[in-house]
Amino acid sequence: MSFKSKSRARESTAIVLRRGTIIVYALAALISLAGLADATYLTVQNLAGETAVCGGSPDCFRVLGSVYSKIAGFPVAAIGTVAYFAVFTFATFAAFGYQRAPTFLAVTVFMMFVATLWFLYVQAFLLHAFCRYCLFSAAITFFLTGLIVATPRRA
Amino acid sequence: MPSSKAIKSFLPFVIIGVVAALTITIAAILYHAKRMAAVTVSKERTVASQATDSAHMRGSADAPVTLEEFGDFQCPPCGRLAGPLQEIEKDYGTRLRVIFRNFPFAIHEHAREAAYAAEAAGLQGHFWEMHDLLYREQANWSKTKDVQPLFASYAGILGLNLDRFKKDMDSEKVREKIESDQKRGEALGVKNTPTIFINNQSVPPTSLNPTALRAAIDAALREKKGS
Repeated sequence: MSFKSKSRARESTAIVLRRGTIIVYALAALISLAGLADATYLTVQNLAGETAVCGGSPDCFRVLGSVYSKIAGFPVAAIGTVAYFAVFTFATFAAFGYQRAPTFLAVTVFMMFVATLWFLYVQAFLLHAFCRYCLFSAAITFFLTGLIVATPRRA
Repeated sequence: MPSSKAIKSFLPFVIIGVVAALTITIAAILYHAKRMAAVTVSKERTVASQATDSAHMRGSADAPVTLEEFGDFQCPPCGRLAGPLQEIEKDYGTRLRVIFRNFPFAIHEHAREAAYAAEAAGLQGHFWEMHDLLYREQANWSKTKDVQPLFASYAGILGLNLDRFKKDMDSEKVREKIESDQKRGEALGVKNTPTIFINNQSVPPTSLNPTALRAAIDAALREKKGS
């Protein structure tokens, strides 16, 4: 396939978006970068075996060292890193008008929203302790959810 | 020459690729920095914290070289180093004494309970036996949901008084001992386990292997002879 025909094939999967919609997706991509940084930092801390991540906060220590911080031996922070990267990817594609990207983005953000509700419940009612990094991540997910809900799906 | 539309269709891939590469690079640098950061200890700090009265010691009290380890029973690198350290202890005999300090990380689910078990065994004079057993069996108990029955069975293997062992594991004395070890570690700047000091000089994480440790002990012995 020539370069031009490849480009044409890609164009056929793209749709024309309103400027406002593009800005919303671009904003979602930018905000997901903050979540990606937060989750990556926690993943590295976890892999390096360091728990002194909260400036000695015992609550943070309890949350990050709890049984809920891992799923089947896999750090939740690492799953968060993958999730935020997925959001960034789908939001970027959506901003460039790729047809299926908004659906993937909405599904991913919805799953993250449900996971965030669960982790907030765990912190509030099971551990009785809050981790500031987790709260930051929760705020980002809520904001992303708001953006996705408010974004019109079609141009 | 590709058209502007063609470039636009490639742009998201480029952006995503750059972000992925940046994330991986930054994470790798951060991880490397955390693992390799040598613990720097000031002279005053080491001199001020030489008290070994409550520490678990193995080897001759008059040994010219003291190796002090801050360890977490559930940390895999600590477990891997435990065997070679025992070999080193045997080889150096009366020239080396080894001190173990608890530094359990909250991120390791059972590390604190393991430290309690070791200290509780210590109250019956069997700290080192439990220390060795916990490291030897690390792969087994680390994966277990409820470690209490397993630790009780280890106490049974070591011939400890089980009732007393269980009571001691929950005791304030044991908790205070671990907290005091941790406070000492924090004062010395310990951030990772294992962290080892030889004659109060921190050993860089890159030297936490049998060959480098032997070289560091030899150097400390030469220094002692020279002084």
